[in-house]
Amino acid sequence: MKTLFDKIWDAHVVTTVPDGPTQLYIDRHLCHEVTSPQAFAGLRARGLKVFRPAQTTLTADHNIPTMGQDSPIRDKVSRFQVDTLAKNARDFGLTYYGLNNPKNGIVHVIGPENGYTQPGMTIVCGDSHTSTHGAFGAIAFGIGTSEVEMVLASQCILQTRPKTMRINFEGKLREQVGAKDMALYMIAQLTTGGATGYFVEYAGEAVRHLTMEERMTLCNLSIEMGARGGLVAPDETTFNYLRGREFAPKGERWEEAMAYWQTLHTDEGAQFDKEVTFDASQIKPMITYGTNPGMGMPIDGTIPTLDEIDEAGKISFEKSLRYMGFEPGEKLEGKPIDYVFLGSCTNGRIEDFRLFAGYVKGRKKAHNVTAWLVPGSWQVRKQIEAEGLDKILEAAGFELRQPGCSACLAMNDDKVPAGKYAVSTSNRNFEGRQGPGARTILAGPLVAAAAAVNGKITQP
Amino acid sequence: MKKFQTITSTYVPLPIENVDTDQIIPARFLKATTREGFGDNLFADWRYDKEGNPKGDFVLNDPTYSGEVLVAGKNFGSGSSREHAAWAIAGYGFKVVVSSFFADIFRNNALNNGILPVVVSDDFLRGLFNASKADPKSTVTVNLEEQTITNNTTGECEQFEINAYKKECLLKGLDDIDFLLSNKDKIVAYEQQRTYAY
Ligand code: SF4
Repeated sequence: MKTLFDKIWDAHVVTTVPDGPTQLYIDRHLCHEVTSPQAFAGLRARGLKVFRPAQTTLTADHNIPTMGQDSPIRDKVSRFQVDTLAKNARDFGLTYYGLNNPKNGIVHVIGPENGYTQPGMTIVCGDSHTSTHGAFGAIAFGIGTSEVEMVLASQCILQTRPKTMRINFEGKLREQVGAKDMALYMIAQLTTGGATGYFVEYAGEAVRHLTMEERMTLCNLSIEMGARGGLVAPDETTFNYLRGREFAPKGERWEEAMAYWQTLHTDEGAQFDKEVTFDASQIKPMITYGTNPGMGMPIDGTIPTLDEIDEAGKISFEKSLRYMGFEPGEKLEGKPIDYVFLGSCTNGRIEDFRLFAGYVKGRKKAHNVTAWLVPGSWQVRKQIEAEGLDKILEAAGFELRQPGCSACLAMNDDKVPAGKYAVSTSNRNFEGRQGPGARTILAGPLVAAAAAVNGKITQP
Repeated sequence: MKKFQTITSTYVPLPIENVDTDQIIPARFLKATTREGFGDNLFADWRYDKEGNPKGDFVLNDPTYSGEVLVAGKNFGSGSSREHAAWAIAGYGFKVVVSSFFADIFRNNALNNGILPVVVSDDFLRGLFNASKADPKSTVTVNLEEQTITNNTTGECEQFEINAYKKECLLKGLDDIDFLLSNKDKIVAYEQQRTYAY
C-alpha cells in the first residue's frame, strides 16, 4: 500500500547515499533567466556538457517587460541576463522559448499548456512555484541554482525524502469561492511553516471537482505553507486536459501512458505522516492583510488583535501591520486600493481571465485604480483574443499586457509605488515583493475584479 | 568549497520570525549573472533607506554587533527558491545561521554554499537573544564534528541534526556535483531499466 507520492518517488530513485539523501532522476527540467546563469557558468568552469539536453527547456519570463516586447529590452542589465539565457541555449543545444516565441510565457504556465507536464513525472525548475505542475499528479518542486547545475550535469538531484501529508477538502465550495480562496484559507490555518518538510497530496470532493487550472492554483501555493510541493491524483479531468496537447503522447503511446497513469493514486489504507481535513463549504472569498501568505482572512473578517498573537510572534506581527498601514482588529472591507494585478503562475491562465472579464463586463474600471492585466503566456493571450475577452476588458477600461511574471516579483518596470495598496492575484505579499514599500493584498481573480471596478476591497 | 571548521564567534541577532528570501535579497538584485557581490545587498530594504543610506536602527548597521554567525527568529528563509539569498549571506561573511526552524529550500541552498544551518530549540534561541541583548560581545561555539552548539554566556549546549552525507561534504569541502558525476554509470543503468519511458 503506497501513497501516490511514494509511487512516483520510488520509480525515480537511482540510488540512495548511505545515511544520506536519495539520488532522484529528473524527467523534465525547466529553466528561466534569473536562476540559471550561474549554473551554466558552473558547467563551463567544470568543462561539462548538458547530460540530457532533450529534457531541459528554457523560457524568459521573470525579468522581461510586459509592453513593447518586440523591441530590445531597455534595461541593460535585464537585457544581458535574457541574452545570456539565449546564449546558453545555443551553446548547450537546448530548446529555448525566447521573447515573441508563440510558446513563450511563465515557466509554470507553458509546461502544462503544451502538455510537457504529465502525470507520474519528476519535474524541477529553479523557482519555488514549480509545485504548480503537481496538479497533474507529478512530483514537482523548486530548486536552487546549485541544484540546477546538478540537473544539467547529471539529470539527477540529491534530495532527502520528504514526509507525506494529505489535505482533504470535504464537501462543496460555495458560489464565488475558488481555488485561490481554498489555498489562502488553508495557509491561514496551517501557517507559512505548517507544511515544511512535507509533500502534500490534495484530495476530497472539492478537489475532485476542481478544473485542471484550479488544481494548478491550489498546488502552486503549496510552497507558501512551507511544503516541498503538492499534488493531485490524475483522473478524467487530467486526461481530458492533456489529450491532444503538443507534447502529450499520441496514438499507441497515449494508450500506454494512460495504462500507467491510471495506476497513479494513493492505495486504500496507505498511511500519511500527517492528515488534515477541511470543510470546503466553510470557505469564503479570502484576502490577506499582512506580509506573508499565512496572514489571510475572509473579506468580511477582522485582523487579529494583539492578544490573539503569541509572544514570540508579536514583533513580526506588529512590524507587518506597520508596513501595511493597518491596525490590529481592523476590518478591511471597504478600504480603497490603488492597484490591481491579474496575472502570475498562480492566476494568469485563461480561466482567471474569463472570471475577471465576466465580472467587469458592462462595468467600468474605477478611476482611482491602475490595473495590470498580464496573461501567463502568449497562448493565454491568444485565447483571450479568440474568445473576445479583450474587447470586454477594453470596454470596461482595461488594457491587456504581454506575458511574463511582471508585478508578481517586480523585477521589470511593473512596480507598485511605495505605500500604495495592490490587490494581486499572485502568490506573495512579502515586504517589497511588488516594489520597494508596495503593500500587497493577495486575492483570487474575482476579488481582484471587484476591487478593480469598485476601487476598494469588496465582496465579488 | 572551503572546509568547515569549528567556529567560536560573536553573533548578529535578528529576532524576527518568517524572514523570507525577498527580505534577504530583494528581487531587483537578481539581475546578475555571477555569484559575486550579493553580500552588499543582504537585507537591502531593511539596511538602507531610499537614498541608499544605512538605517541606524537595523542590526547590520549597528557596530556593536558583528560575527560569523547570524541568529534569526523562527522559519528563516521561507519564500522564493533563489539561491542568491544564500550567496548574499555567504558574501556578507556569515558561515552559520541559527534559527529554531528553516524553510526547506533555503536549508538546501545554504548547505550547497558551505553555510551551516543550525536548528535549535525555541528556548535555546531565546537564550541567545537574551545574552546578546545584555552583552553584544556574547559568543557562540558551533562544532560540526560533534554536532553541538554552545551559548558561551550560559554554558548551555545543544545537539543539532545534519545528515551524515552533508556533514561529510562540509567537513571535506566537497559538493554534490562531484558526487553525482562519479555516479554516471548508475544513471545510465537507471534510464535503461525504466518500464515506462517518457
Ligand atoms: S509568476 Fe511569480 S511566482 Fe510565478 S514563476 Fe513568475 S515570479 Fe515565480
